[in-house]
Order: sequence, then C-alpha cells, then structure tokens
Amino acid sequence: MLLIYCPYCGVERPETEFQCGGEAHIARPADPGQASEEDWVEFLYMRTNTKGIAAERWRHTNGCGRFFNAVRDTVSDKFLKFYKAGETMPDLEAIAKEAGK
Amino acid sequence: MSELLANDLITPDAGESPLLSLGNVSILKGAPLTRLSLRLREASVKDAGKAFGASLPVKALTCEVGDKRAALWMGPDEWTLLAPEDDLQSVFNSIETALKDQPHALVDISERSESIIVSGEKAAWLLNTGIFIDFSLEAFPVGMVTRTVFHKSPVMVWRTGPDTFVVEAWVSFMDYVAGLLVQAAQELQAA
Repeated sequence: MLLIYCPYCGVERPETEFQCGGEAHIARPADPGQASEEDWVEFLYMRTNTKGIAAERWRHTNGCGRFFNAVRDTVSDKFLKFYKAGETMPDLEAIAKEAGK
Repeated sequence: MSELLANDLITPDAGESPLLSLGNVSILKGAPLTRLSLRLREASVKDAGKAFGASLPVKALTCEVGDKRAALWMGPDEWTLLAPEDDLQSVFNSIETALKDQPHALVDISERSESIIVSGEKAAWLLNTGIFIDFSLEAFPVGMVTRTVFHKSPVMVWRTGPDTFVVEAWVSFMDYVAGLLVQAAQELQAA
C-alpha cells in the first residue's frame, strides 16, 4: 500500500484515504464566454499522460477533504513531492534529476 | 473514567448493553449528542469559538474541549462541534447570532452518525484491525482526532484517553463497523 503525505493534515496516511484527481495545473479558460470549442476540448479532455515524473491533483477524501498536489513517478509509483493546492508547480526536471532519473 | 477528555460530554448510552465486554477491551454505545458541522474562514474562527464555548483548534488533527463542549478539527476550514443533546438549539442560535455578518455554514448533523466508545488496553490493537494508522501515543496522542476509513466505511476516530477512543460512523454503517470490531475481538477471547 502507498503512503501519501497530506500537506494540510501534516501526516502520512494510507492511500485508501485518498482519491487521485488527475493531472494538476490545468487552468480553466479565464473568460469562459470567449473560449472557443477547441479551448474547451483542450481544457476538458487533453492530458499529457506522462510516463515518468508528473504532477497530479490528489484529494484527502477520508480525512480533511482538501485537494492538494503531488509529484509522482508514474512508472515506479513513487511519490517525490507534496504541496498545497494553489502553490506553483515545482521544477519537475530538477526533481527528476534529484531522484536519479 | 474521570481523567478522560470531554468526560462530561462523551458518555455511554445508559439504556444500551455493552456491544463487547472483555477483560482488556470493551465497546459501549455512546449517548446521543448534538453534532454540528461548521465551515468558515480564518477571520471568523475567534468569534465562533467564543459563541460556542470552546475555541476552534487551528492546528491540524487537534481538539479543544470546554465545559460540555468540544470542537474537533476536521479540515483547515471545517470543524465538528459537540455539545449535549439538549443544547442543540441554544448552541446553534448563539453561533448563528455571533456570525450573522460573516460567511459561514453551520449544519446540524446530530442524526448523521453514531458513536461507540472503544476502551481498554487492547483498544488500539482492535481498531488497527481495520484502520491503517499508528495509534502509539507518540504518533497519536490523547486529544488527536481524525477522519479515516475503517475497512470500507468512513469513520472519525478521537482519542479521549490513553486507552480510550471514540469512534463515530454514519448511522447506517455503524452495524458494519461495530460488528467487525466485535468479530475481530474474538481473537482476543480465543487467545
């Protein structure tokens, strides 16, 4: 079982308490009225589907209920970094280098 | 039970027989309580605490206990407030009055969940049959409260004493939670 750290609770908890919310840092069109259909397709459906280091949204569903972000290696399932929602995306390449990838 | 946290609030239901009563662990049904879910912004925390009678804890996974009141941290902007069953209206009104001009959500969830009191030297062991949390006193000190999952049911666990836990589950899940705990305790009987 994976252990996931919740930056709001400040503790590591088993993955059964969490839900994955997909790729992180996808910005909703700033002015929805002006967004074209292609913009919506891009926002709603297009994902990078990274093999390797990726930033994801996670939710501590059975805990504090908050969304936060995590950097995970999608190959090994190893978590490399956790940070609160709203914080800027960390440098994934630097994290990958540190992890020896 | 006098040294336990919130012992003027969390009491066994007098009309119920114990669900489990072994030498080293027992499970008692908790008496009905007033439970309120309160969500608000940081600026309102002080006012809400004053109106309620126990300040709202801002440190994660902690609780604040007052005279017949307990405020439990559920999330960065969410608390569960406990009070005696009969105080529902007065507590509700006093918080609503104090927060009249501040955005907040106060909801009566008294009937949503039921509580059981799991106590005894094997209480932590028993809970660990379905909860993957370290219940040693260093990692989970007295007063710590958290939501988590027990097997497949969402539960709230609150440590009110070194060997005493209050476990709350939704009413329709309580038979599942209590039933599995009683079943798991058969291992202790067999030993």
